[in-house]
Amino acid sequence: MEEPILEIVEELDVSGVYKELSHPASGGICVFIGAVREFTNNEEVVALEFETYKAMALKEMRKTVTQASEKWPVNKVVVRHVVGTKKVEDPVVVVGVSSAHRDACFPACRYIIDTLKQTVPIWKKEIFRNKEVWVSAHP
Amino acid sequence: MELLLFGIAKDIVGRSSIDLPSKGVQPRSVAELKELLIADYPDFSKLSSFAVAVNSEYAGDDVTLGQDDEIAIIPPVSGG
Repeated sequence: MEEPILEIVEELDVSGVYKELSHPASGGICVFIGAVREFTNNEEVVALEFETYKAMALKEMRKTVTQASEKWPVNKVVVRHVVGTKKVEDPVVVVGVSSAHRDACFPACRYIIDTLKQTVPIWKKEIFRNKEVWVSAHP
Repeated sequence: MELLLFGIAKDIVGRSSIDLPSKGVQPRSVAELKELLIADYPDFSKLSSFAVAVNSEYAGDDVTLGQDDEIAIIPPVSGG
């Protein structure tokens, strides 16, 4: 695996991700993009606010990508997540993996986004019309 | 010793960091820090869970805390 691209950004531009993942030995490129959804449990979401513990988030991202590269033969990886306030339809996270064949990049991409959501210290607050809720904070 | 607070932990305490010792009590381990926080701010016990990071690594309850460590409270994460 080449050195992965791991970033926390204020503005996420997903248009360049193909070039970042393109590799002469990669016949498959899998990209997951997470975006702001309009409704949570039938309540209208006005915006999402993200914050992070950046030094630790980048470390945890690197651990996750290293684990994925040990499980599947991947060539290039991009993980980029936003911080700040995001509106409906804004992209908030992109995970991209390239590999020789699709049977490596699909599961590796899925593993990275699933693990990121469990371990990387990023927090999301849902802003509704009349309340604000830190996601997953309470049982 | 500075304690960094994020997400709902910041809302519970009302600040993004606090200095330890708090009220003269210096926690020596992650477990003691958690007990101290719950005693000072009972809302921590209402969370689904919360973890502690020492020098930006998740730390188990038995990890000891040194004066120069960077310590952070990690409430349930929700990125993506």
